[in-house]
Amino acid sequence: MKYMLLIYGAPDSSPAPDTPEFGAYMEGYVKADATFKEEGVMLGGEALESTETATSVRIRGGKTETMDGPFAETKEQLGGFYLLECKDLDAAIRYAELIPDAKTGTVEIRPVMDVSQFEE
Amino acid sequence: MSDPHRDAPIREAVEATVRADGGRLLALLIRHLGDFELAEDCLQDALASALVHWRRNGVPHAPEAWLMQVARRKAIDRLRRDTNLRGKKEEYAALLALEAEQPDPSEIPDERLRLIFTCCHPALDEPTRIALTLRTLGGLTTEEIARAFVVKEQTMGQRLVRARHKITKARIPYEVPDAERWHERLDAVLTVLYLIFNEGYASCHDDYIRTDLCEEAIRLTSILARLCPEEPEVEGLLALMLLPHARRRARLAPDRSMVPLEEQDRSAWDHEAIATGVALVETALKRGRPGPFSIQAAVSALHAEAPTAEATDWAQIVLLYETLKRYRSNPIYELNRVAALAHTRGADVALSLLEPLRASLGDYQPFHALEADLLRREGRTREALDAYDAAIAGARNDADRKFLERRRETVRRALDRST
Repeated sequence: MKYMLLIYGAPDSSPAPDTPEFGAYMEGYVKADATFKEEGVMLGGEALESTETATSVRIRGGKTETMDGPFAETKEQLGGFYLLECKDLDAAIRYAELIPDAKTGTVEIRPVMDVSQFEE
Repeated sequence: MSDPHRDAPIREAVEATVRADGGRLLALLIRHLGDFELAEDCLQDALASALVHWRRNGVPHAPEAWLMQVARRKAIDRLRRDTNLRGKKEEYAALLALEAEQPDPSEIPDERLRLIFTCCHPALDEPTRIALTLRTLGGLTTEEIARAFVVKEQTMGQRLVRARHKITKARIPYEVPDAERWHERLDAVLTVLYLIFNEGYASCHDDYIRTDLCEEAIRLTSILARLCPEEPEVEGLLALMLLPHARRRARLAPDRSMVPLEEQDRSAWDHEAIATGVALVETALKRGRPGPFSIQAAVSALHAEAPTAEATDWAQIVLLYETLKRYRSNPIYELNRVAALAHTRGADVALSLLEPLRASLGDYQPFHALEADLLRREGRTREALDAYDAAIAGARNDADRKFLERRRETVRRALDRST
């Protein structure tokens, strides 16, 4: 079963690149990545640029509206994700615990919908 | 067609089977079907079918086996019809194989341990864990659970639907946790059972003592104790329910006010239940490294065994609360230690130890109730009246409030006389 692990954090909750903690923080991600790959559960995962670089698109009345942002309205914003293949929720929780941002931010685990049930 | 007089005994027979065996049937169905929602639906189908068939043909000699077989057939039907369930080919084949045999009720394997860990999974919020445990293991109806926790039946229904949907969709595992997570997960289960008991023990609703909820919690904990033998905290929790529950007949005065421990008629206690509880505490403690439930049960045992309030081994109770504090830092344990210490070292010493707790327990009603009592015993009547006011304002139920108001009145009269 596939789970999406969405990594949320306040912009200042993870260590800045010029601090001594940054090395350990990045090391944590290297270790988590390695574990996910070794255990054969990694389907994908990326870090995202900040919401300052985001563009929102929506179509209303047949017209495409493009917007700069959204800028962070809430304190925690989506900063990255992993897509993992796990046996069950307990396994997904165990992997989420390895993500360094779980210590300062939040990792939201969302089961991926099985769309095969809609195919004929 | 349907005659209410004839239907009532059938309905009762179905309900009795659900109460006694519903949890065991559901637990096994989930195992067969690998699907919490589907299993619940099939059991519901079987119950509806029982109402019809049992009225026509009488209650079968092994009603639980009858329900199991019908629930399996309903599952086969659903798997055949529902295209959403096409992924369950293995389960379908296994069910067809089982269909040939009439299950022997004595051989329905007990899978309830898996079920209780699923219902109390930390990915569900606490009220949901409580509701789900009462529904699936306790066999209580949605209406009964809604009434117990004073929420609308519809709200409770939605909570339960959401919970089983989440269990299926997020694939909350249906298994007993491994050694690494065992203690943490067992603790979550025990907490749910204890919350059910406490809601019954001192309900914040109309009835001060809800015997039905207390007994349900005791029943579920007894089942858990059978399913995981030699687990000291399970024994400890069971004792922690049996011992206070044994005092139920002495806890309420004729005017429906609470009777404090030291004023209770100890001959009205259920001494048979006390003997069982005390034996459980002793067993749990002998296993070594006692946890918080066993230690609190040991305190309860000391109260239960004391012939009078004065003869209570308060020094030992103080020591037990000190152990508890070391185990888990909790200001409420310190509050209880101070209450016991008042008996060994006096109310004045206890009052001085109470002060540092004000910051963390200022909103906790029992803090004010203890402070009021200690001030009363010290003869500091004016301060006692203020503390009684705070305790009365925060009282969770009428029984506590009535008791506190009566005490306050006594203190006020004493003050009038002295001025």
